[in-house]
Amino acid sequence: METILEVSNVIKQFGGFTALSDVNLRVLKGERLGLIGPNGSGKTTLINCISGAFTDYQGSIRFDGGDITTLKAHQRTKRGIARSFQIPRPFSSMTVMENLLVPFAFVGGKDGPVQQKEAMDILQGMGLADKAFVQSNQLSQVELRKMELARAMAAKPKLLISDEAMAGLAGTEVDEVLEILFDLNKLGITIIMIEHIMQAVMKFSQRVVCLDAGKIICEGTPETIVKNPEVQRAYLGD
Amino acid sequence: MFSVDLIFEATLFGILLGCFYAAVSLGLSVAFGLLDVPYVAHPALLILGSYFTFLLCKTGMDPIMCGVLLMPVFYLIGIGFYRFYYETFEKRSTDTGVRGLAFFFGMAFIIEVCLILVFGVDQRTVAASYIGSSLEIGDYRFPYRMLVAFGIALTLTLVLTIYFSKTFTGRAIKAVGQDEGALRLMGANPVKIKQIAFGIATSVNALAGAMLIIVGPVEPAMDRIYIGRTFCVVVLAGLGSMSGTLVAGLVLGITESIVMMTFGASWAPAVSFGLLLLMLGVRPQGLFGR
Amino acid sequence: MKFAFYSSLLLLGLLGLSVMGGVNEYVFFAGFVVLQFVVLATAWNILGGYAGYVNFGVPAFIAVGAYTAVVLFKSISAPLLVQILGGGILAGALGLGVGLLTLKLRGIFFSIATVAVVFILETAVNNWRYVGGATGLQLTRPQDLWFFDSYVRMLFFVMAVLAVISVAIARYVQDSFLGRGLRAVRDSEEAAECSGVPTLKIKLIACTISGALMGIAGAPMPMYLSYIEPSSTFNLSYSIYALGMPIIGGTSHWIGPVIGALLLATLQQIVTVTISNELNVLIVGVLLVLFVVIAPEGILGLIKRWKQSSK
Repeated sequence: METILEVSNVIKQFGGFTALSDVNLRVLKGERLGLIGPNGSGKTTLINCISGAFTDYQGSIRFDGGDITTLKAHQRTKRGIARSFQIPRPFSSMTVMENLLVPFAFVGGKDGPVQQKEAMDILQGMGLADKAFVQSNQLSQVELRKMELARAMAAKPKLLISDEAMAGLAGTEVDEVLEILFDLNKLGITIIMIEHIMQAVMKFSQRVVCLDAGKIICEGTPETIVKNPEVQRAYLGD
Repeated sequence: MFSVDLIFEATLFGILLGCFYAAVSLGLSVAFGLLDVPYVAHPALLILGSYFTFLLCKTGMDPIMCGVLLMPVFYLIGIGFYRFYYETFEKRSTDTGVRGLAFFFGMAFIIEVCLILVFGVDQRTVAASYIGSSLEIGDYRFPYRMLVAFGIALTLTLVLTIYFSKTFTGRAIKAVGQDEGALRLMGANPVKIKQIAFGIATSVNALAGAMLIIVGPVEPAMDRIYIGRTFCVVVLAGLGSMSGTLVAGLVLGITESIVMMTFGASWAPAVSFGLLLLMLGVRPQGLFGR
Repeated sequence: MKFAFYSSLLLLGLLGLSVMGGVNEYVFFAGFVVLQFVVLATAWNILGGYAGYVNFGVPAFIAVGAYTAVVLFKSISAPLLVQILGGGILAGALGLGVGLLTLKLRGIFFSIATVAVVFILETAVNNWRYVGGATGLQLTRPQDLWFFDSYVRMLFFVMAVLAVISVAIARYVQDSFLGRGLRAVRDSEEAAECSGVPTLKIKLIACTISGALMGIAGAPMPMYLSYIEPSSTFNLSYSIYALGMPIIGGTSHWIGPVIGALLLATLQQIVTVTISNELNVLIVGVLLVLFVVIAPEGILGLIKRWKQSSK
């Protein structure tokens, strides 16, 4: 299988604090990758570097055959990287449909009736179709998270980064979101999932990478990761 | 022309002025630098403090005394202000940027216009034993009123710096700007902490206002140029840096003093606003900022 | 197309008014100022209402428009339309410049920078002999009245045309891709960037358009007053009006600033003439604070709520 994302020797510092030290990561096309690590380990920083929210890091990042190291976030989105946010960031003055029309307009270039139909299809797939014309600041938590994913989908991504999409959700809600992510992967989209809910990570991921204090401490299948003493030490302490 | 003597004198005066500017900006450093509140009404409250001092001075009290007496009053005003700002703007998360800014801008104008309606546009001054005469050392004259302001300013800055680094509440205030979550875990209520911080910021303004009217005459429209001076100091220092405020104040004071001596007093606003723009363009995090 | 129809009708009506005999000249004096505020409020809203970036330095852009007109008039006897065009272009350039300097930073830094520009430019103009420096410059109006009876009537109509043009531009921005992107930036700049919106470019465009329109509003002023001087041109009160009118009227739609400007500028003409200028600033300030706290969506929002509740 080919590599879709290659993160090489990435170092990110904030003043005197090193958030990521020499991170190397390869993600294969169509893969389901889980990214775990205790709070403060650098997961969101890594995601921010990949998505382009930060562009002042050392090292290089290649995506889908091209070097994206210096590209700004909106340019990376146009190349096919989409992400959802840990705390949902809806365009609160807009309806759900209008939220989706933004990436359609700016990534795809059109926001006419054809795109509105496509948007409805996406919403249908997530169970949000009946909320299409509701203002987004009136959605429930789980609906907001689904809309985050729907909006990311509207950008027609090749790689989707889901940043703790299930944080704070209850049992069945977690399953709903998980099912959506599985469905998206079946469409051929590579997915990186950051999650604290271990069950979900284990169920979903083909491969898991564990981050601690800015370094990758191990990689492997879910089963091997769980048994790894380094990982246990990172989460539970000595 | 340029004589070393004149530049030296301007620099000395600039040091006194600079310390004064630092003290005047301390409140903003806390409110905007630490708490991230878009407190553009800070200079207006400064002038308000000056006018209250003016009123109290009519009873014969020493202006510094007036300033100190006003501090608890302003503390309460500050707490009220923040409480109101928090309930109305910060809590409801959408679009706070525009509304918060518009709110404080509106307040600044309201304060300025009320002052004009009540006191008129003429300049007001206060009288005290140390206003009017100067200390003479060698060939140089240091107006006493500047020395008094300098002394108060230095004390204020020192007290606040110690407060923020040594006391629990002080350190909590410094922390709340950076990590509310951690503060909550420590059992402290972030909203209460921010309230106290804002109260301190506003009460400092009372004393700073007293200093302002000691240093020179005051008129209602002065809040406009002080937007430049105070924001220049805060941006130059870097958000969140208390000790940086003193250094930044000195930089502004000395620069302004030298420019005014060379080109004339009408260039004063251009100095603070110009430095401000320069910093924003070149190094927005300031000299010491995070 | 409805818009084009009604605005043409309006312009025709105002044209008729301007050439009619027997109408008190004061109507045109005051009308010019009201229309000027329509342009200013509309211009401010393109950046402030649509994108969420608050410009406190409105007088700087007005002044660039006005002083460019003066320089063009004094140096090459430029006709009014050239003055307006020149003023708009330079003010737009100022908007672009301030944007380039500060739009990568947080919103409040942009706002503070706009105040800084006012004072820096005022200091520069104060020391510029050619345009009269601090004492100002008297100007003689040219005799070119087109077909109007008085110069003021002509200026009134010109300002009416400018008002319609600016509202048309605001309407176009609002309904286009640009408007969608600006709204996304205002709601969540991070999410907008990740949804493919080139946030910096869009903000710069809005900043330039907004600045240019404010310059256009300022350019006819020297001819209107037959005089120009810095302290009234650079008066910071323009800012409270230019931001109060859209916020009170409603920032989400182009008609909000129009409503706000018409109401408040007319009030201003009444209060300033009968009582005092300061009182008018107070009224606008208090209304602004009240609306921002209680009715953040402005008059438009109130109308919307009232319509919904009476269903």
